[in-house]
Amino acid sequence: MKHVRYLVPMGILLVLLYFLRAGLSLNPKEVPSPLIGKPAPEFSLPRLDQPEQRISRDDMRGQVWMLNVWASWCVACRQEHPLLIQYAKQSKVPIYGLNYKDERAAGMKWLADFGNPYIASISDRDGRVGIDFGVYGVPETFVIDREGVIRYKQIGPLTPEVLRDTIEPLLKQLNS
Amino acid sequence: MTRLSPCSSNSIADMFKIIFRLGISLAWALACVGAFAAEALPASDDPALEARVMKISNELRCLVCQNETIAASHAELAVDLRRQVREMLQNGQNEQQVVDYMTARYGDFVLYRPPFKALTALLWIGPAVMVALGLGTLFVVLRRRSRLADEAFEPDDKDASSDPHLS
Repeated sequence: MKHVRYLVPMGILLVLLYFLRAGLSLNPKEVPSPLIGKPAPEFSLPRLDQPEQRISRDDMRGQVWMLNVWASWCVACRQEHPLLIQYAKQSKVPIYGLNYKDERAAGMKWLADFGNPYIASISDRDGRVGIDFGVYGVPETFVIDREGVIRYKQIGPLTPEVLRDTIEPLLKQLNS
Repeated sequence: MTRLSPCSSNSIADMFKIIFRLGISLAWALACVGAFAAEALPASDDPALEARVMKISNELRCLVCQNETIAASHAELAVDLRRQVREMLQNGQNEQQVVDYMTARYGDFVLYRPPFKALTALLWIGPAVMVALGLGTLFVVLRRRSRLADEAFEPDDKDASSDPHLS
Protein backbone atom coordinates (compact mmCIF):
# COMPACT_ATOMS: atom_id res chain seq x y z
CA MET A 1 0.00 0.00 0.00
CA LYS A 2 2.86 2.30 0.85
CA HIS A 3 4.33 1.87 -2.60
CA VAL A 4 1.22 3.16 -4.29
CA ARG A 5 2.28 6.74 -3.72
CA TYR A 6 5.35 6.20 -5.85
CA LEU A 7 3.06 5.41 -8.73
CA VAL A 8 1.62 8.92 -8.67
CA PRO A 9 4.58 10.69 -10.31
CA MET A 10 4.80 7.80 -12.73
CA GLY A 11 1.15 8.27 -13.60
CA ILE A 12 1.61 12.02 -14.12
CA LEU A 13 4.59 11.32 -16.36
CA LEU A 14 2.58 8.88 -18.43
CA VAL A 15 -0.24 11.39 -18.85
CA LEU A 16 2.27 14.04 -19.94
CA LEU A 17 3.89 11.62 -22.38
CA TYR A 18 0.50 10.76 -23.79
CA PHE A 19 -0.26 14.42 -24.46
CA LEU A 20 3.19 15.01 -25.96
CA ARG A 21 2.69 12.10 -28.28
CA ALA A 22 -0.82 13.20 -29.21
CA GLY A 23 0.56 16.67 -29.88
CA LEU A 24 3.17 15.29 -32.24
CA SER A 25 0.58 13.43 -34.25
CA LEU A 26 -1.53 16.55 -34.79
CA ASN A 27 -0.83 18.61 -37.85
CA PRO A 28 -0.74 22.31 -36.94
CA LYS A 29 -0.99 23.19 -40.62
CA GLU A 30 -4.57 21.94 -40.62
CA VAL A 31 -6.68 24.70 -39.21
CA PRO A 32 -10.37 23.80 -39.03
CA SER A 33 -12.34 26.06 -41.37
CA PRO A 34 -15.21 28.08 -39.96
CA LEU A 35 -16.79 27.89 -43.43
CA ILE A 36 -17.94 24.28 -43.08
CA GLY A 37 -21.74 24.28 -43.04
CA LYS A 38 -21.86 27.84 -44.34
CA PRO A 39 -22.85 28.97 -47.84
CA ALA A 40 -19.93 29.17 -50.22
CA PRO A 41 -18.81 32.75 -50.71
CA GLU A 42 -20.11 34.53 -53.74
CA PHE A 43 -17.79 34.80 -56.71
CA SER A 44 -17.88 35.57 -60.37
CA LEU A 45 -14.60 34.89 -62.15
CA PRO A 46 -13.42 34.47 -65.73
CA ARG A 47 -12.73 31.02 -67.06
CA LEU A 48 -9.07 30.25 -67.40
CA ASP A 49 -9.38 28.93 -70.93
CA GLN A 50 -12.02 31.43 -72.09
CA PRO A 51 -11.54 34.65 -70.13
CA GLU A 52 -14.53 36.29 -71.78
CA GLN A 53 -16.80 33.77 -70.07
CA ARG A 54 -17.47 34.06 -66.38
CA ILE A 55 -18.57 31.45 -63.89
CA SER A 56 -20.33 32.48 -60.72
CA ARG A 57 -21.34 30.70 -57.56
CA ASP A 58 -24.98 30.65 -58.52
CA ASP A 59 -24.24 28.84 -61.79
CA MET A 60 -23.44 25.83 -59.61
CA ARG A 61 -26.77 25.72 -57.81
CA GLY A 62 -28.58 22.41 -57.88
CA GLN A 63 -25.53 20.17 -58.17
CA VAL A 64 -23.06 18.72 -55.78
CA TRP A 65 -19.62 19.81 -56.95
CA MET A 66 -16.02 19.93 -55.93
CA LEU A 67 -13.78 22.97 -56.05
CA ASN A 68 -10.07 22.26 -56.21
CA VAL A 69 -7.74 25.18 -55.59
CA TRP A 70 -4.55 24.87 -57.62
CA ALA A 71 -1.72 26.86 -59.10
CA SER A 72 1.11 26.16 -61.52
CA TRP A 73 3.63 27.30 -58.88
CA CYS A 74 2.27 24.85 -56.32
CA VAL A 75 4.45 21.80 -55.90
CA ALA A 76 1.98 19.78 -53.87
CA CYS A 77 -0.63 20.33 -56.60
CA ARG A 78 1.58 18.42 -59.00
CA GLN A 79 1.76 15.60 -56.53
CA GLU A 80 -2.01 15.56 -56.17
CA HIS A 81 -2.75 15.93 -59.85
CA PRO A 82 -2.64 12.31 -61.11
CA LEU A 83 -5.12 11.32 -58.43
CA LEU A 84 -7.43 14.13 -59.43
CA ILE A 85 -7.26 13.11 -63.07
CA GLN A 86 -7.97 9.53 -62.20
CA TYR A 87 -10.87 10.57 -60.01
CA ALA A 88 -12.31 12.87 -62.67
CA LYS A 89 -12.41 9.91 -65.09
CA GLN A 90 -14.80 8.12 -62.75
CA SER A 91 -17.03 11.21 -63.05
CA LYS A 92 -18.60 10.81 -59.65
CA VAL A 93 -18.67 14.53 -59.11
CA PRO A 94 -18.02 17.55 -61.32
CA ILE A 95 -14.65 19.01 -60.40
CA TYR A 96 -14.00 22.69 -60.95
CA GLY A 97 -10.63 24.33 -60.53
CA LEU A 98 -9.80 27.60 -58.89
CA ASN A 99 -6.54 28.75 -60.43
CA TYR A 100 -5.19 30.70 -57.48
CA LYS A 101 -2.81 33.63 -57.89
CA ASP A 102 -1.42 32.34 -61.13
CA GLU A 103 -0.53 33.63 -64.56
CA ARG A 104 -3.02 32.58 -67.19
CA ALA A 105 -0.34 31.30 -69.58
CA ALA A 106 1.40 29.34 -66.84
CA GLY A 107 -1.88 27.82 -65.73
CA MET A 108 -2.84 26.81 -69.28
CA LYS A 109 0.57 25.27 -69.86
CA TRP A 110 0.32 23.35 -66.62
CA LEU A 111 -3.01 21.83 -67.68
CA ALA A 112 -1.60 21.03 -71.12
CA ASP A 113 1.45 19.35 -69.59
CA PHE A 114 -0.16 17.37 -66.80
CA GLY A 115 -3.75 16.92 -68.01
CA ASN A 116 -6.97 18.67 -67.16
CA PRO A 117 -9.30 17.03 -64.66
CA TYR A 118 -11.57 20.05 -64.42
CA ILE A 119 -14.91 20.75 -66.08
CA ALA A 120 -13.58 24.29 -66.04
CA SER A 121 -11.03 26.31 -64.12
CA ILE A 122 -11.72 29.84 -63.02
CA SER A 123 -9.00 32.37 -62.67
CA ASP A 124 -8.47 34.06 -59.31
CA ARG A 125 -5.59 36.24 -60.40
CA ASP A 126 -5.28 38.40 -57.26
CA GLY A 127 -6.38 35.77 -54.77
CA ARG A 128 -9.45 37.57 -53.46
CA VAL A 129 -11.86 34.70 -53.96
CA GLY A 130 -9.23 32.50 -52.37
CA ILE A 131 -9.33 34.69 -49.28
CA ASP A 132 -13.13 34.48 -49.24
CA PHE A 133 -12.80 30.70 -49.25
CA GLY A 134 -10.26 30.90 -46.44
CA VAL A 135 -7.54 29.43 -48.64
CA TYR A 136 -4.07 29.48 -47.09
CA GLY A 137 -2.32 26.38 -48.33
CA VAL A 138 -2.74 25.27 -51.91
CA PRO A 139 -3.95 22.72 -52.88
CA GLU A 140 -7.27 22.83 -51.09
CA THR A 141 -10.45 21.07 -52.04
CA PHE A 142 -14.03 21.93 -51.13
CA VAL A 143 -17.14 19.81 -51.47
CA ILE A 144 -20.20 21.99 -52.01
CA ASP A 145 -23.76 20.73 -51.94
CA ARG A 146 -26.83 21.51 -54.04
CA GLU A 147 -27.78 24.47 -51.93
CA GLY A 148 -24.31 25.93 -52.27
CA VAL A 149 -23.24 25.05 -48.73
CA ILE A 150 -19.62 24.03 -48.09
CA ARG A 151 -19.68 20.54 -46.61
CA TYR A 152 -16.03 19.58 -46.52
CA LYS A 153 -12.64 21.15 -46.91
CA GLN A 154 -9.40 19.32 -47.54
CA ILE A 155 -6.27 21.29 -46.78
CA GLY A 156 -3.30 20.03 -48.73
CA PRO A 157 -3.28 17.31 -51.36
CA LEU A 158 -6.12 14.82 -51.62
CA THR A 159 -5.16 11.25 -50.95
CA PRO A 160 -6.84 8.02 -52.08
CA GLU A 161 -7.77 7.45 -48.42
CA VAL A 162 -9.49 10.81 -48.07
CA LEU A 163 -11.40 10.26 -51.30
CA ARG A 164 -12.46 6.78 -50.30
CA ASP A 165 -13.17 7.24 -46.61
CA THR A 166 -14.43 10.80 -46.41
CA ILE A 167 -15.41 12.33 -49.71
CA GLU A 168 -17.16 9.35 -51.32
CA PRO A 169 -19.51 8.70 -48.39
CA LEU A 170 -20.22 12.42 -48.21
CA LEU A 171 -21.02 12.56 -51.94
CA LYS A 172 -23.35 9.57 -51.59
CA GLN A 173 -25.13 11.26 -48.74
CA LEU A 174 -25.39 14.58 -50.57
CA ASN A 175 -26.59 13.04 -53.83
CA SER A 176 -29.24 10.82 -52.28
CA MET B 1 -3.83 11.68 -41.84
CA THR B 2 -2.39 8.68 -40.10
CA ARG B 3 -2.59 8.93 -36.37
CA LEU B 4 -0.28 7.33 -33.88
CA SER B 5 -2.15 4.88 -31.79
CA PRO B 6 -1.06 4.79 -28.16
CA CYS B 7 -0.56 1.03 -28.22
CA SER B 8 1.01 0.49 -31.60
CA SER B 9 3.00 -2.67 -31.98
CA ASN B 10 5.39 -1.12 -34.45
CA SER B 11 7.11 1.39 -32.24
CA ILE B 12 10.23 1.88 -34.37
CA ALA B 13 8.14 2.81 -37.37
CA ASP B 14 6.24 5.19 -35.09
CA MET B 15 9.47 6.75 -33.97
CA PHE B 16 10.53 7.33 -37.55
CA LYS B 17 7.16 8.89 -38.24
CA ILE B 18 7.69 11.25 -35.35
CA ILE B 19 11.18 12.15 -36.53
CA PHE B 20 9.81 12.65 -40.03
CA ARG B 21 7.13 15.02 -38.72
CA LEU B 22 9.67 16.94 -36.70
CA GLY B 23 11.72 17.27 -39.86
CA ILE B 24 8.74 18.66 -41.74
CA SER B 25 8.02 21.14 -38.96
CA LEU B 26 11.63 22.22 -39.00
CA ALA B 27 11.55 22.68 -42.75
CA TRP B 28 8.47 24.86 -42.35
CA ALA B 29 10.14 26.89 -39.65
CA LEU B 30 13.22 27.40 -41.79
CA ALA B 31 11.12 28.36 -44.80
CA CYS B 32 9.45 30.98 -42.63
CA VAL B 33 12.72 32.25 -41.24
CA GLY B 34 13.93 32.65 -44.81
CA ALA B 35 11.66 35.64 -45.04
CA PHE B 36 13.51 37.97 -42.74
CA ALA B 37 11.65 39.60 -39.90
CA ALA B 38 11.84 43.12 -41.27
CA GLU B 39 8.36 44.48 -41.78
CA ALA B 40 7.12 44.91 -45.31
CA LEU B 41 7.14 48.34 -46.85
CA PRO B 42 3.92 50.26 -46.52
CA ALA B 43 1.91 50.38 -49.70
CA SER B 44 0.12 53.69 -49.32
CA ASP B 45 1.24 57.24 -48.64
CA ASP B 46 -1.03 57.81 -45.69
CA PRO B 47 1.02 57.13 -42.53
CA ALA B 48 -2.03 57.25 -40.27
CA LEU B 49 -3.79 54.61 -42.35
CA GLU B 50 -0.62 52.49 -42.52
CA ALA B 51 -0.32 52.69 -38.74
CA ARG B 52 -3.85 51.37 -38.35
CA VAL B 53 -3.19 48.62 -40.89
CA MET B 54 -0.09 47.58 -38.98
CA LYS B 55 -1.89 47.74 -35.62
CA ILE B 56 -4.56 45.32 -36.82
CA SER B 57 -2.06 43.20 -38.75
CA ASN B 58 -0.06 42.76 -35.58
CA GLU B 59 -3.05 41.06 -33.99
CA LEU B 60 -3.56 38.61 -36.82
CA ARG B 61 -1.72 35.38 -37.34
CA CYS B 62 -0.37 34.47 -40.74
CA LEU B 63 -1.62 31.00 -41.61
CA VAL B 64 1.32 30.20 -43.82
CA CYS B 65 4.05 30.98 -41.28
CA GLN B 66 2.00 30.33 -38.21
CA ASN B 67 4.18 32.00 -35.64
CA GLU B 68 4.29 35.28 -37.50
CA THR B 69 1.75 38.05 -37.61
CA ILE B 70 0.52 39.16 -41.00
CA ALA B 71 2.32 42.42 -40.24
CA ALA B 72 5.69 40.67 -40.02
CA SER B 73 5.27 37.88 -42.53
CA HIS B 74 6.51 38.07 -46.08
CA ALA B 75 4.32 35.20 -47.19
CA GLU B 76 2.19 36.13 -50.16
CA LEU B 77 -0.98 35.47 -48.25
CA ALA B 78 0.11 37.94 -45.56
CA VAL B 79 0.73 40.58 -48.22
CA ASP B 80 -2.74 39.95 -49.63
CA LEU B 81 -4.36 40.07 -46.21
CA ARG B 82 -2.63 43.36 -45.39
CA ARG B 83 -3.95 44.71 -48.66
CA GLN B 84 -7.41 43.51 -47.66
CA VAL B 85 -7.12 45.21 -44.25
CA ARG B 86 -5.96 48.43 -45.91
CA GLU B 87 -8.83 48.45 -48.37
CA MET B 88 -11.42 47.77 -45.70
CA LEU B 89 -10.10 50.66 -43.60
CA GLN B 90 -10.01 52.91 -46.63
CA ASN B 91 -13.66 52.05 -47.22
CA GLY B 92 -14.42 53.33 -43.75
CA GLN B 93 -14.86 49.99 -42.02
CA ASN B 94 -13.74 49.81 -38.41
CA GLU B 95 -11.28 47.47 -36.76
CA GLN B 96 -13.93 45.15 -35.39
CA GLN B 97 -15.32 44.66 -38.89
CA VAL B 98 -11.86 43.77 -40.17
CA VAL B 99 -11.35 41.25 -37.37
CA ASP B 100 -14.81 39.76 -38.01
CA TYR B 101 -13.98 39.48 -41.70
CA MET B 102 -10.81 37.53 -40.93
CA THR B 103 -12.36 35.20 -38.36
CA ALA B 104 -15.29 34.47 -40.69
CA ARG B 105 -12.79 33.07 -43.18
CA TYR B 106 -9.97 31.66 -41.09
CA GLY B 107 -11.52 31.11 -37.67
CA ASP B 108 -10.41 32.25 -34.22
CA PHE B 109 -7.02 30.76 -35.00
CA VAL B 110 -5.99 33.95 -36.79
CA LEU B 111 -6.42 35.97 -33.62
CA TYR B 112 -3.43 36.20 -31.33
CA ARG B 113 -5.94 37.04 -28.60
CA PRO B 114 -8.82 34.67 -29.26
CA PRO B 115 -12.18 35.44 -27.62
CA PHE B 116 -13.14 33.60 -24.46
CA LYS B 117 -15.70 30.92 -25.23
CA ALA B 118 -16.36 27.26 -24.59
CA LEU B 119 -13.86 26.14 -27.22
CA THR B 120 -11.08 28.42 -25.96
CA ALA B 121 -11.84 28.21 -22.22
CA LEU B 122 -9.10 25.65 -21.60
CA LEU B 123 -6.63 27.86 -23.42
CA TRP B 124 -7.42 30.84 -21.25
CA ILE B 125 -7.91 29.27 -17.81
CA GLY B 126 -5.65 26.24 -18.30
CA PRO B 127 -2.45 27.92 -17.04
CA ALA B 128 -4.25 29.38 -14.00
CA VAL B 129 -5.74 25.97 -13.20
CA MET B 130 -2.28 24.36 -13.42
CA VAL B 131 -0.76 26.96 -11.09
CA ALA B 132 -3.65 26.53 -8.63
CA LEU B 133 -3.21 22.75 -8.71
CA GLY B 134 0.53 23.10 -8.11
CA LEU B 135 0.11 25.52 -5.24
CA GLY B 136 -2.66 23.39 -3.74
CA THR B 137 -0.46 20.28 -3.86
CA LEU B 138 2.44 22.17 -2.33
CA PHE B 139 0.20 23.47 0.45
CA VAL B 140 -1.21 20.04 1.28
CA VAL B 141 2.23 18.40 1.27
CA LEU B 142 3.80 21.08 3.45
CA ARG B 143 0.96 20.97 5.93
CA ARG B 144 1.15 17.21 6.21
CA ARG B 145 4.88 17.35 6.76
CA SER B 146 4.63 20.04 9.38
CA ARG B 147 2.32 17.82 11.38
CA LEU B 148 4.71 14.86 11.34
CA ALA B 149 6.76 14.14 14.40
CA ASP B 150 10.51 14.80 14.27
CA GLU B 151 11.26 11.08 14.09
CA ALA B 152 9.65 10.91 10.69
CA PHE B 153 12.51 12.90 9.13
CA GLU B 154 16.03 11.84 8.49
CA PRO B 155 18.50 13.83 10.53
CA ASP B 156 20.28 16.77 8.93
CA ASP B 157 23.99 16.49 8.19
CA LYS B 158 25.03 18.65 11.09
CA ASP B 159 23.26 16.22 13.42
CA ALA B 160 25.14 13.31 11.93
CA SER B 161 27.67 13.23 14.78
CA SER B 162 24.88 12.81 17.28
CA ASP B 163 23.33 9.97 15.34
CA PRO B 164 23.42 6.95 17.63
CA HIS B 165 23.91 4.62 14.66
CA LEU B 166 27.18 6.27 13.72
CA SER B 167 28.80 6.61 17.07
